[in-house]
Amino acid sequence: MSEKKVIDARGSFCPGPLMELIGWIKLANVGDELELLSTDKGSAADVPEWVHKVGHELVGVREEAGVWHVTVRKAK
Amino acid sequence: MASGKISIIVVTGSHERLQMAAMLASVGAVSGNDVSVFLSMNSLQYFVKGHDQSPPAEGSFGTLMASRNVPPFRTLFEQAVDLGDAKIFPCSMAMDVMGIEPDVLQPWLGEPLGLTKFLADAQDGQVYTF
Repeated sequence: MSEKKVIDARGSFCPGPLMELIGWIKLANVGDELELLSTDKGSAADVPEWVHKVGHELVGVREEAGVWHVTVRKAK
Repeated sequence: MASGKISIIVVTGSHERLQMAAMLASVGAVSGNDVSVFLSMNSLQYFVKGHDQSPPAEGSFGTLMASRNVPPFRTLFEQAVDLGDAKIFPCSMAMDVMGIEPDVLQPWLGEPLGLTKFLADAQDGQVYTF
């Protein structure tokens, strides 16, 4: 049974949100979903780029009231 | 999974340059590159244990950065090591000039290294200097 972890990186600037996500991905199990919250616009583009580069799965990216929600599934 | 080799030489004591070097090291390392960092000259003092002060800003961006929630450069370098297996080496020459031993430096730094060895290891990779 996989679970969804929400990582609140609002207020942090690049590459803070990415580093927080990676720290939690290391602790997660394969198949787990992690949702990153970020107010940093650059990270909204950069985090999916990293996910693609290292081979995890990008579940979705959406913006809600100035907060970016980037959802990633750990693939390996 | 390494996709490339990135060697970063850091000699600056300015906040902006230390920040950029730390960003490059951390993002480079977690993106699958072999990252090596060489700390010398004005940079090394900021990696002595207990030296927690911010380096001086070089320009207006550094002043602005100090008032925002930007990840601290020491944290980013440490994350480069912890999350991306980066290696961060203090320059042996700088240590001799400063008269310091490895045990006064941050524990996540590697063993002191000479420039000759660093350059030999940097061959065929990208080299950045800050």
